[in-house]
Amino acid sequence: MTVPILRQGKHLIASVQASLSDREMDAFKSRLLAEARRVNASGAVIDVSVLDVLDSFGTRMLGELVIALRLCGTRGIIVGIQPEVAFAMVMLGMHGQQFETALDLDAGLAMLAHEVTLR
Amino acid sequence: MSEVLAAPLNCHVASDEDVLRARQMGRKCAADMGFSRQDQALIATAISELTRNIVKYAGIGKMEVQEVIRGNKRGMLVEVSDNGPGIADIDLAMTDGFSTGRSLGLGLPGTRRMVDEFDIASTPGHGVDVTFIKWLR
Repeated sequence: MTVPILRQGKHLIASVQASLSDREMDAFKSRLLAEARRVNASGAVIDVSVLDVLDSFGTRMLGELVIALRLCGTRGIIVGIQPEVAFAMVMLGMHGQQFETALDLDAGLAMLAHEVTLR
Repeated sequence: MSEVLAAPLNCHVASDEDVLRARQMGRKCAADMGFSRQDQALIATAISELTRNIVKYAGIGKMEVQEVIRGNKRGMLVEVSDNGPGIADIDLAMTDGFSTGRSLGLGLPGTRRMVDEFDIASTPGHGVDVTFIKWLR
């Protein structure tokens, strides 16, 4: 399943629609990085609220994506991690230090907008 | 000892898409049995970690899920097994932060924390067999 990537001003919004296979995740990472570069996005919000599991592999994939975005100059924020998913991640030993998070899409965009005002 | 009810649900595991299928099957079974949403997530995540190990280290394996009763407790028993290279040092593999693969190295100890009972057996050269139980509360 292709992850839709929308543009809103200087920011990108990617909404994961279902659990991704490895190939779909790789394709998503490449597309988001390419799109961020193409439109000179200062930020990208990645909505994972639909995911019912974030295992160590999935978390690592998201972490790698956010790091790659940062290296390209785009601030990536993961939003919408569900409470039961968050608790399972903590039990697994993943404390999410790999990436910035926000409650939902609005909160993520607000974080990005705030950064722009500060500059 | 535990009594096992009905025939187990089986899931062949050989690809990352099977990992998704296995955890969906486990979650549905947990939901049908009446587990809370939190426990469903823990069970699905545990299955995801264990079946991911199959794909990563053994190539091919399987998962079996069944309902289990012990005394007045009812739970879900999940067995994930393969015939891959096995684990040479289980104690080391159960240590937080240890990994021979390209991962965070948290799979096994993390999985043990998410379930009520956890058992792992392996003979190097003859695969790994992990069984866990989550009890209904």
